[in-house]
Amino acid sequence: MDFLNAIVALSNYVLIPAIAYGSQLALGALGVTLIYGILRFSNFAHGDSMAFGAMVTILFTWWFQSMGITLGPLPTALLALPFGILGAAALLLATDRVVYRFYRRVKAKPIVFVMASIGVMFILNGLVRFIIGPGDQRFADGERFIISARDFREWSGLSEALVLKTSQGITIVTAVVVVAVLFWFLNRTRTGKSMRAFSDNEDLALLSGINPERVVMYTWLIVAALATIAGVLYGLDKSFKPFTYFQLLLPIFASAIVGGLGSPLGAIAGGFVIAFSEVMVTYAWKKVLGYLLPDSLAPDGLVQLLSTDYKFAVSFAILVVVLLFKPTGLFKGKSV
Amino acid sequence: MKKLLMASAATLIATGAFAEDVKIGVILGYTGPLESITPAMADAAELAISEANESGKFLDGMTLVPVRADSTCIDSAAASAAAERLITTDGVAAIMGADCSGVTGAILANVAMPNGVPMISPSATSPALSTAEDNGLFFRTAPSDARQGEVLAAILADRGVSEVAITYTNNDYGKGLSDAFTGSFEAVGGSVTTAVPHEDGKADYSAEVGALASAGGEVLMVFGYSDQGGKGVIQSAIDSGAFDTFVMGDGMFSEVLRTDIGDGLVGSYGTIPWSEGEGTKAFTALANAAGINPDSSFTRESYDAAALLVLAAMKAGEATPAGIAANVMDVANAPGELILPGELGKAFEILAAGGDVDYVGASNVELIGPGEAAGTYREYDVTDDGFETVKFR
Repeated sequence: MDFLNAIVALSNYVLIPAIAYGSQLALGALGVTLIYGILRFSNFAHGDSMAFGAMVTILFTWWFQSMGITLGPLPTALLALPFGILGAAALLLATDRVVYRFYRRVKAKPIVFVMASIGVMFILNGLVRFIIGPGDQRFADGERFIISARDFREWSGLSEALVLKTSQGITIVTAVVVVAVLFWFLNRTRTGKSMRAFSDNEDLALLSGINPERVVMYTWLIVAALATIAGVLYGLDKSFKPFTYFQLLLPIFASAIVGGLGSPLGAIAGGFVIAFSEVMVTYAWKKVLGYLLPDSLAPDGLVQLLSTDYKFAVSFAILVVVLLFKPTGLFKGKSV
Repeated sequence: MKKLLMASAATLIATGAFAEDVKIGVILGYTGPLESITPAMADAAELAISEANESGKFLDGMTLVPVRADSTCIDSAAASAAAERLITTDGVAAIMGADCSGVTGAILANVAMPNGVPMISPSATSPALSTAEDNGLFFRTAPSDARQGEVLAAILADRGVSEVAITYTNNDYGKGLSDAFTGSFEAVGGSVTTAVPHEDGKADYSAEVGALASAGGEVLMVFGYSDQGGKGVIQSAIDSGAFDTFVMGDGMFSEVLRTDIGDGLVGSYGTIPWSEGEGTKAFTALANAAGINPDSSFTRESYDAAALLVLAAMKAGEATPAGIAANVMDVANAPGELILPGELGKAFEILAAGGDVDYVGASNVELIGPGEAAGTYREYDVTDDGFETVKFR
């Protein structure tokens, strides 16, 4: 019984939250890594692109809710998601046309792109706040739980509860589907192959007749979809507030770099590495150990490595260690 | 603008017409985090001062003139400079303020004590101010959070709760209240498993809740803000099944919180400073007549702070800093005739005749210990229909 309690407590406070958070980070990091692989710069505006896509989705969700259209037990936001993706795609293509295309023409150095993207970040930041306001926005509806604490306790008779929120379930399922589709697209379709070719060697790709502007356009479209999905899932699971997306930039970049910039597989692995480290390092292990160890060895303290205040420091620390010892990341991305 | 012009014109006329003016500083955070509630606080304080002037009985017809200064709430240097200006340039006899605990302490130590000017704060609640060195110059009409900690500990003891976990918003208020509560609760035999701070304005509090759940406890004490991290922690704790009863400090009392969280909050309880009775009613009527919202935070305490300064000057028979400082406790507490808001004229007559007054005011003022309000707290239960008063403490 104690062993089961330990597993349930561990799942409830570490495994499930970390898997959901890791999926959100992985989707965000995939966007960053695609931009880095194909357009060859670190896109600092990515966090705010997520916020923008999520914002458009929220506006459509509210509109649907006001008309009485819902998805039953699922959140209405899923229905509004395609519109959010369209909105984000339009915005990203517009910024590419207005900002980045010029720098591509003059063959600017990557650092110039990065600085330009920081400018775009601030503008998007302001735009989102201007439209939807800086505060918390509620848009989740439908069933809150797949497994609720009370139901689980009644069913299992354990003293610990296992909770699976609908938003966590949706996050994990969506992430798996999106990643599968993305890899199919990159590996099996003509456009996907031309994107990878462009990423591997730009000059060779140009010689073989690949249209660079087309590749760039497809990249932005895919990134818009990934960013919006990641942003909406994060907003559903936690809460939507423009500033938190700006803060997400650090763990997302840490994920992409740890996995290896430019490597999609690395971005996914990196997302989970960062999420699990953040959650496990700041978790207080007293309860789980208390169940597992005999009474004489049960810990008195909280057995917490770092206070929860230092959550963001964990991503930073991992980032620094990886850059010091394996600058190309776990999956051999391009060196930074 | 018109109001301002008229006010300054009135001040000019007043200064010209009467040789003997008494200036009272009203130093509050007109800019900064409290800027939304300070205008009503200042208006309430000036309401008491104008009431004293209108009675015409204050120290043989002397006129009281309020002078405002900005405490900024957070910038101790700016607040000290503003208070210094009030004392040296304007020559105020006493200060009503400041508002936030940090700047209040700074003004007390840097300006009020060296110059020997008394101050009454309407809203600084930090327990640290109870023990700060003040040469008998500092009073407050707001209760210390140490008192709230005692009240909460007593409530838990009454309800038979002996083990709790605490989460507090990571600032002076949250930390102060958490420490005060921990001290009181341990004194009555309870134990605190852990105290986890939370930052306001984050999207996700599952890590904090994980740590709290691991430490355990019968209930979770939440010392935060109802529209900030406090709400996030409660939501996350309910979702993960970590806690189902919450005990809330004064920052968590809000109708929005109750409706947003819904069923999960039913059965939880908490405290909020409250005052009721004749004094509160009298103040509500006065404030409404003057166009001030009586329910805005700390307006009652502000009115009382200004009224106490004026009464103390009357009792001393002279509007000097030393005279006021020496008599504040005297006019605030028994024995004497009970004085409600709107009865300052009556109080002046009694004091002029050598009698005693016991100022009740808008918030049932009773100054205890080092000159701070005892404070009345309302213990409430969250039910399906709203907040239900259990009793007043």
